[in-house]
Amino acid sequence: MFNDSAKYTSDKTARAFLLLSVSYLLVGLLLGVIGGLQYILPPFLKDQLAFQKTRPLHVYLVISWIFTAAQAGLYYYLPRVAGRPLYWQQGAWIHFFLHTAVSIFILTCFFLGYFGGREYLEFPPLLGAVIMLSWVPFAINFFFTLKPDYKKASVYIWSWSTGILFFFITLSESYLWLLDYFHTNIVRDVTVQWKALGSMVGSWNMLVYGTGMYVMEKMSGDTKANRSPIAFFFYFLGLTNLMFNWGHHTYIVPAAPWVKTVAYVISMTELVILGYIIMQWRKTMTQARKNYHHIPYRLLSYADIWIFLNLTLAIAISVPSWNYFTHGTHITVAHAMGTTIGINTMLLFASVFYIIQKENRAKFEKKKQQVSWGILIINISLLLFWISLLGSGLLKISGKLNNEVFASIMQKSQPWFKLFAYSGIAIFVGLFLLIFTVYKTLATYSPKKQSVEEELVTIHSLHKVAEERT
Amino acid sequence: MPEKPENTFAPSNQALMFKVAVFLTLFTGYAFYSTVIYSKGTETNIQLTGQQAEKVANGKYLYEKYNCVACHQLYGLGGYLGPELTTAYSDPQRGESYMKAFLMAGGPRMPNFHFKADEIDDIISYLKYVDSTAVTYKSMP
Repeated sequence: MFNDSAKYTSDKTARAFLLLSVSYLLVGLLLGVIGGLQYILPPFLKDQLAFQKTRPLHVYLVISWIFTAAQAGLYYYLPRVAGRPLYWQQGAWIHFFLHTAVSIFILTCFFLGYFGGREYLEFPPLLGAVIMLSWVPFAINFFFTLKPDYKKASVYIWSWSTGILFFFITLSESYLWLLDYFHTNIVRDVTVQWKALGSMVGSWNMLVYGTGMYVMEKMSGDTKANRSPIAFFFYFLGLTNLMFNWGHHTYIVPAAPWVKTVAYVISMTELVILGYIIMQWRKTMTQARKNYHHIPYRLLSYADIWIFLNLTLAIAISVPSWNYFTHGTHITVAHAMGTTIGINTMLLFASVFYIIQKENRAKFEKKKQQVSWGILIINISLLLFWISLLGSGLLKISGKLNNEVFASIMQKSQPWFKLFAYSGIAIFVGLFLLIFTVYKTLATYSPKKQSVEEELVTIHSLHKVAEERT
Repeated sequence: MPEKPENTFAPSNQALMFKVAVFLTLFTGYAFYSTVIYSKGTETNIQLTGQQAEKVANGKYLYEKYNCVACHQLYGLGGYLGPELTTAYSDPQRGESYMKAFLMAGGPRMPNFHFKADEIDDIISYLKYVDSTAVTYKSMP
C-alpha cells in the first residue's frame, strides 16, 4: 500500500485529464466573463451569443472542470493507494475520449441553440446517457484497481466510493422528468430538479473532499487522522447532507411542510464537516512540511477560510423565514460561487499542484512565484465578487419589498453588477496564472528527461527544509 | 514523552459492521424520503385536461426548447438576468399583456425569438398554470 514514489503507465492518462480539466476551466471562465459583461452591457453579443447560451456554456464547462480535475486526481492516486497499476488502462482512455466527445457535442448544441431546457443539464437528454456511459470505465477502474477493503480503508476511500455511486444515482434521478408522472406536475418537476441536482453537488463534493483529504494525508504524513472515528463521524454527516440537504432550495415550492423542517435541520450541519477536518489537519502540519508543500498548503488554507465564510452564509440563508427573501436573488449565487471557486477550486488546485510537484518539481519551482500571485489575486477578487453578489441580492430583496418593478431593481443594481463583472475578470486573470502554469509544466513534460533534474530539486528542497528545522 | 493513544477504530469486523449499518440506515431513509417526496410530498389538486393540457404541455416544451431557464426562474430555479416568472401571470404590474409584449419583440436583454402567435399563447397558458400552483409564493409577505 501507498507506493507513492513509483511511476505508473496511467500517470499519462492522469496528466491528460488534468490538461482537459484546466481547459474546461479556461473556456468556462471566458464565457463567465462574457456573461458577467452582459449584466452591465445588455446589448453585448445579445443576438450572436445571448445569455441564454453563455450561461449553460459557462455552467457546463465549470462543472466539468470540477468533475474532471477530481477524476484526474483519482487516476493518479488510485495505483499509489492500491500499490498496483490501474486495472483497465484502455478503459481510462475510453473514458477520456467519450468524455471529450460528449463535451464537444454538448458545446456544439449550446452554440447552435439546441437545449434540453433543464437547470444545469441544459443539453438534450440523450447526451446525459452518454455522460453516464463515460463514467462506467472510471467506476470499473476505481473499484477494480482499489478492491477497497472497507474494514481498513481511510475515510477518503469511503468518500470517493460514495461520490461515484451517488453520481450514477443522481444523474439517473435528474432524468425522471422524462416520465409524464413528473413532467406534467410542475411542483414535482421543480422538486426533482432541486433534489437530484442538490444531491449531485453532494456527489462531486464527496470526490473533491476525498481528494483534499488524501492530499492532506500525503502532505502531513499523518495516516491516522483519516481513519479516526471523528473523520468517519464527519463523513456520515456529509453523507446525510448529500442525501437531504437539497431541501433548503424548496422552501418556496408548495411541498409538504415537514419537507422544509427536515431540510432546515440538515442544512445546519452543512460544511462544519470539512472546515473542522482542515483546521485539525493544519495543526498537525510541521513548518518544514508547510514549506515543502507551500502552494498546496496555501490553497488548502484559503479553502478553509472560504468554508467558514460560506458556512455563515449557508446557515443564514437556510433559516426558512429568511430563505423566502434570499432565494431567487444573487445571494444564492454568492453561496454557489463561494463553494465552487473558494472551496472546490482551491482544493482541486491543491491536488493539481501536489501532482505537478511530484511530476515536474524542477519546472514548478520556477513558476511558484507566478502561482502565488495567482492565488492571491483569485482570493481577493473572489471576496469582492462575493460581496457584489450579496449587495445585489440585498438590493433585490429591498426592491421586492417596496414593490419595485424588475427593470428598476436591475437599474439600481448596476454598481454592484459592475463590481461583479470587473472582479470576475480579475478572478479570470488569477486563475489564468494557475492554468498557464499547469500547461507549461505538464504539456511539455517528459518523465525520463525530468527525473534527474527533479531529483536534484527535491534534494535541494529537502536540504532547505532540514536547514529551517535546525 | 508518553506515546499518545491511537485515536482510531481498531480495524475490526465490528467497526465495519457499524459503518455499514449507518450507511444502510441513511440510504434506506434516503430511498424512503425520495418515495414520499415524489408522491404525497408533491401532490397538487390541479388537473389539466383536453385542449388546456395540450396548450400547457406545448408551452412547457417551448420554455425548455428556448432555454428560458437560463435567464428566468420558476420556483427559484433558473438564472437571474430576467425576472422571476412563477407569479408573473397574476402580478398586477405584469400580467398577460405585458408578457405577450416581451414574447413578441424581446427586450433590452431578451432576444427576439420570433415566436408565432399560437406559440405565445401556449407559453402564456403554461405560465398561467404555474401561477395557479404557486400557493406558497402568494402567501409570502
